This record gives sequence, C-alpha cells and structure tokens, in this order.
Amino acid sequence: MKFLQKKLHEIKPHFEKGGKYEKFYYPFEAIETFLFSPADTVPNKGAHIRDAIDLKRLMSTVIVAMLPCLLFGMYNAGFQHYKAIGQDAEFMEMFLLGARLTMPIVVVAYAAGLGVEFIFSIVRKHPVNEGYLVSGMLIPLIMPVTIPLWQVALASIFAVLIGKEVFGGTGMNVLNVALTARAFLYFAYPTDISGEVWTYFGDAAAVDGYSGATALAVAASSTGDVVQSLGSAFSFENLFYGFVPGSIGETSALACILGALLLIFTGTGSGKIMIASVLGALGMGFLFNVWGATPFMEMPAHYHLVLGGFMFGVVFMATDPVTASHTEKGKWIYGILIGVLTVIIRVINPAYPEGIMLAILIMNVFAPLIDHYIIQANKNRRLRRATV
Amino acid sequence: MSKTIKLKRGFDIKLVGKAEAKIASIAQPEVFAVKPLDFVGMQRPKVTVQAGDKVKAGTPILFDKKMDQVQYTAPVSGEIVEIRRGLKRRLEEIVIKADQEMQYEEFASYSAGELAKLSKEDAQAAMTKSGVWPQLVQRPYGVVANPDVAPRDIFVSGFDSSPLAPDYDFIFQGEEKYLQAGVDVLNKFTKNNVYVSLNGNAANKAMKSLKNVNFNSFTGKHPAGNVGVQIHHLAPVSGQHDVVWTINPYGLIQIGKLFLEGKYDAAKVVAVTGSEVKAPQYVKTYMGASIKPYVAKKLKEENVRYISGSVLTGTRIKEDGFLGYYDHSFTVIPEGNEQELFGWIMPGENKLSFQRALGLFGWVNPNKEYRLNSNQRGELRAFVQSGVLEKVVPMDLYPVHLLKAILAQDFENMEALGIYEVVEEDLALCEFVDVSKHKVQAIIREGLDLLQYS
Repeated sequence: MKFLQKKLHEIKPHFEKGGKYEKFYYPFEAIETFLFSPADTVPNKGAHIRDAIDLKRLMSTVIVAMLPCLLFGMYNAGFQHYKAIGQDAEFMEMFLLGARLTMPIVVVAYAAGLGVEFIFSIVRKHPVNEGYLVSGMLIPLIMPVTIPLWQVALASIFAVLIGKEVFGGTGMNVLNVALTARAFLYFAYPTDISGEVWTYFGDAAAVDGYSGATALAVAASSTGDVVQSLGSAFSFENLFYGFVPGSIGETSALACILGALLLIFTGTGSGKIMIASVLGALGMGFLFNVWGATPFMEMPAHYHLVLGGFMFGVVFMATDPVTASHTEKGKWIYGILIGVLTVIIRVINPAYPEGIMLAILIMNVFAPLIDHYIIQANKNRRLRRATV
Repeated sequence: MSKTIKLKRGFDIKLVGKAEAKIASIAQPEVFAVKPLDFVGMQRPKVTVQAGDKVKAGTPILFDKKMDQVQYTAPVSGEIVEIRRGLKRRLEEIVIKADQEMQYEEFASYSAGELAKLSKEDAQAAMTKSGVWPQLVQRPYGVVANPDVAPRDIFVSGFDSSPLAPDYDFIFQGEEKYLQAGVDVLNKFTKNNVYVSLNGNAANKAMKSLKNVNFNSFTGKHPAGNVGVQIHHLAPVSGQHDVVWTINPYGLIQIGKLFLEGKYDAAKVVAVTGSEVKAPQYVKTYMGASIKPYVAKKLKEENVRYISGSVLTGTRIKEDGFLGYYDHSFTVIPEGNEQELFGWIMPGENKLSFQRALGLFGWVNPNKEYRLNSNQRGELRAFVQSGVLEKVVPMDLYPVHLLKAILAQDFENMEALGIYEVVEEDLALCEFVDVSKHKVQAIIREGLDLLQYS
C-alpha cells in the first residue's frame, strides 16, 4: 500500500492546477480520497479537532443497512422464478439465479449514475459527492428483476441529471434521486414496470394458473373480502417475510425492519419519520375501515404496512435527509402525511396500485413548506422577545 | 431570583491530557507579547511604542484608531524587542522582553469601602487607560465593548465547560476580594443586573459568595459554560441595538486589582494541557506568555500543533508563540497531517464521534479519553444531514438555517434566525460534529462582520 500511496503522490501534480490532466482533478481526487483519507488538517483558528464521521462513512452505513433487502431480494427473485415455472430448487440455486439477475442491474445503475457524476465533476468543477453511492443501490432495489438494462441506465442518468445535478448536486436536490428514476420509468415505459413484470421466466413457461400479479394489484381489484382474495399466497406472514412478487428489494418488510434498526441505532436515518409514516398509514387505514365504501377500504389497516413497497420507501427513501423535512417537528408532519397519502393513493386512485412512490415525491415537494412554517415560528418567538 | 437551568443538548469531548491541579515550578518565559489579532473588531491598530522602548506593566502600547479611548497595555515591564508584522504589514505581535523584577504603572487605588463612592466616569477613565477595558466584550458581535454604549446587563460565566478546560475553582482561588471589587465597579455601568452563572455540579468556591450579583446555575454538557448560551436562557440579546457585555471572571479580578491596588496586574494561572504534554498541569505566569518554556523538551511527540486556548475555539501558535489575551490554557495535540488507508471506514481507537455510524464505537465506552489530532477527517461537502447540529446547541436556534443564510448573505434571515445571539464559540461544537466539515466558526464571524461593517 505504501507503493500505491507513493504512486498516487507522484502522479498527483499532473492533476493539479497547471498539470496535464488538470480537468480530471476531481475524479482523481474522488479515487484518491477513497483509497487514502486525506492528510488535510483544520485551519489555524476554530475547532482544531474533528468528529471522525464524514459523508463517506455516513453513506456506507446506509448501504450496509440496505444489504438485508438486497440479499433477500436476490433470493426472492430466484424463489419466484422457480415457483412460477413449477420446479423445485435448492436454496443456493435460487439465490445464485437471483444474484445473476440482480447484479447486472446494480452494476448498470452505479456505472450510469456515477458516469454522470464524474462528468459533472469535470464540467462544473465540484468534488464527486458520495450521495450517489446510496442512490445507486436504491435504484436497483425498486426495479422489477425483469427490467431491461438500458432502461436502468436511462433512468439513472435522468435521475442524476434532472433530479440532482441541475439543482447543484447532492444536498441541493428537491426530489429523492432513486424515486425520480423510478417515476421516470413509470411514466415513460409503463409496460415494463407495471402489470405482471415481477417474475423472471427465462426460457421456461409459467405453470397453469400462475398469476404474477402483486398483492397490491390483487387487493385493489378485489370485489369481496380482501384478505380472502389475497389468499394463502399473500398471507400476512408471507407479505411480512417477503415471499411475494415485487420489486427486487421491497418485498420483505422484515429485511426493511432490520435495515431500519441499523439506521435508527446509528442515527443515520430518522426514526421519527419512519414511526410517523407508519402511524399515518395505520390511521388512514382505520379511517377507511370506518368508511368502508369499497372492499379495499375494508382491508385491515395493518396490511398496508406489509403490502408493496411501503416499508422500503418509508425506511430508505422517506428518510433521505436532503429531501425530507429538516426540522424535528417537521419530520413528524412529513412522515404522517407520507403514510396518509400512500394509503389514499392506494385505495382511492384507480390508476396507480402503488402509492408510496408518489406520496414520498409529493411530500419531498412540500417538505420545504413545512420547514418554512416551523422556522417562521422560531423567528416569531425571537421577534416577540424583542418587542416585549 | 436564582434559577437552575438544566441543559439537555450538548456534547462533552473527553480528551487525554487534563491539567493536574497543581502549579508547576517552571521559570518564567523571557518574552511576552500583545497580539492585536486577539481583539476581534480591532480595525486599525496603531502601535505607540518602538523597539527598544522601556515599558512598565500597564504602559499603553497600542490602540484602535476607530475606538481611540481604549488603551491596550503591556502585561509585563521590560523592553520592547520587536514589533512583528505579517503579510500586507498586518500587525501581529508586539514582543516584550520581561524585566527580572516587575515594575508597575501607578493608578489611583481605593479601599473596598471607597469603591462605592467612585463615579462611573472615573472608573471608566481608569479602566480604559490601564488596559483592563478590553476584558469587556460586547454582544452582539463579540467585540471589545464600546465605552460610549451602556450595556443592558453584564454576564459572567463562572465555569468553563470546554474540553480540557481549566478548573475555575483552582485558578481563581483566593481571589474573592478582587472578584467582588470587579463586580462592584461593573455595577456602576449597568442599571440592571450583573449575572454570574455557576456550575450546577461544582463547588464554585471562588464565585459563590459574591454579592450584588444575579446568580443562576447551569447543568449539562458543553457548551453549558458558554456565556452566550447562558445569556440566551437568562435574558437573550434581542437585536442589533440590545447591547450586553460579557466578561470572564479573570477580567473581574483584573478590574478589582486595578482599583484596590492601583496597578494593572496581568499575573495569570494558565493550564498547560493536551495529550502530547508529558505532565499536564498549571503554571503561574502573565498574560501574553510565550509557550516555549512550558513545552520545550516536555512533549511526547514532535509532530504536534500548539494551540493558545481550547481545542474547540483556540488559535494555532508556533512553538514559541504567545498566549492569547482571553485564553487560560495552552493545548498541545498531535498534528494529523498524514493520509490513512481507507480512513473513511476504518475504526480506530483515536476516532471520536458524536454519532454512531459504521466503525465508530465511541458509544461503547462514553467515558474513554481520546487523543484526537488536527486532521479534518473528511472533505468539505454540501449540508446533507439534518437535525444533528441542533443536538449540540442548547438554544432555541436553527444552526444549519442560520449558516445557510450567512453563506447566502441574506441579511434579513441572519437577523431573524438569531445571529445576534451567538459568537463563534457558541457554535464551535457544530464545527466539530458537522459531517460536511464546514468551517462553522469562520462562517459565523463572516456573518457578524457583514452585519457590523456593511
């Protein structure tokens, strides 16, 4: 490693101002600081010591929190495949098939998004930010396993470009980057990301009577008792553990809860937002239960928590610190409204069976407004003190 | 009307190298200095002495052309040996070679009883002439108090909660008489209160028997001992024209000595602290002392950073640099100018964090003392995290929004978000915990400068 350090040190002058590859300074810096944390010391005045946390560490914590979802997603992709074609398979067989299907999506999402980031770092002369390390993992986890790779690339590029870089990069974006990618595909290529796209068949054909519909679609189209329509395949238990069709990482509420525990313990994700969203969804679910105009409204409220991507969205995307509300009181309001809106969109809206994506995007837009009023209250308190 | 205020937010950084409560017998430094840069808000410093001049303790050597009634005086008697200037001829240090036997300028002295009859005007004249006046710091802005503006209240923090802070019970012991005289003189300047805040968890030996003050106690983690935090909870600064003064207990002692003994006494007990000092303890010296005799051959490592003041708010000095006017300690920590392989994810026994992200295990043993170096531990980024800086600011204030308003030079929002209530030290912990590595204190000063001068 001393050798590598020396080599980097030798070639560094080429990338610095006046060097041959001056333009590529920031990509070079990104790689160098990834390998060796910089020797920068703090200025002569001010705090002379610093907290050991930095953005790289923070973001890697979130990635680790997503690992249960990724690993379970890989297994489930294989599991759904063999279930659909009616074959028995070993655990490892299923996992490896899922991994083979999932890894290219992950690689493409990272390559496309980071490509844009690096180009922007050259053009706009700003450091490569670590934010995409998380977005690049989130995007595959909210895609169906059958998604064409070019669409993954296109969506990642769109999300980074329009969702983030035009606003000035990580920290300045209004919308969650991963959800922007998914929303883009949802409206641009609806046939590839909705309907019965969740299971990989390969060359094999589905067994008779197999339906690849998600639990949400079944629930939304149910004409009788929803729990009965969901049947044993979509029992609460199955939905909780995640042995159901859906986007790669979103099916298992249990895996999401494991991630949530790590996020809350490390303080990386806001537990407030997660709890508030769950309360919001339950509350709205109960209200619909009372109203009871359609069968979907009568579905027990706690089913909303395990259906679709609710848990995944609440744990990993609603808590995105940049696009969520920045004030502590605001986080309660923001979270509750995400839960409420998700259930409203699911139950009332005929076009979109899944509500969490749109609910979070809508609340991303409203988060600054929530903060505005909370900050204004702080300003008013100060003003009142001045005039008394 | 004494209150006990319990502050919940804050963070105690526990470091190796706390000074042992005893005075080391180390010979006095040969040279002392007055550093104009210590005085925030000094705009046009003018030196009135030349190299070779003889001065006594209390002889004026410097003033600010923008506030020329306030004199800055020599802390020790001796000979001016050098007037050091930096880039663009910026005045940096006025260096004095000390006499073996201290000589003092003579000022009028009073008995404790006579102090009551002393008029405010006479007191002010003596204080501005003798060099004790700059101990009074004005809020808003945190600059040397303007003698022409009467303060609403005067605030004294009776303890220092910062990392490796000197123990006020120890350094101010036996000075009760002077503290009281200082309070009595300052009471002439305000129609309202002189507030003294005590540490709710300590004996407060020197301070607790003071009279004619408004006592309150504070408990909690750092920055509970910061006078700015205390003002916020007692009688907050409400705007640009709501002027209050703050003063360290040491300033009270100096004022007390000026009037009771008729001399400008700059003797001071200073803590020599930090993980790199072999035997951290206190020394008895004078203001502006050179650090040299206290660290020469007394350190564990060579690659170190010398700081006048605390690790959170101090100023870096050279190995023969001088103690700042307002500082009570020298701190020596390792200089972190080395790369670390995968340093952004590696755990390490000398990595302290307010948070608990991957590889950070500070939460396992909260009482562990750390040997932290001056590495920045990451790179500058846009603000990403929310809700963390608030946890180390025990005030009703939104630090990130305030900092953003300053960066955007948004004057109205800076005022509305409470910039007048803070100076650098109040948000020093934000600079420590910030994951995006912003230079929080420099930004705060930038904002205060914008409001004050434009």
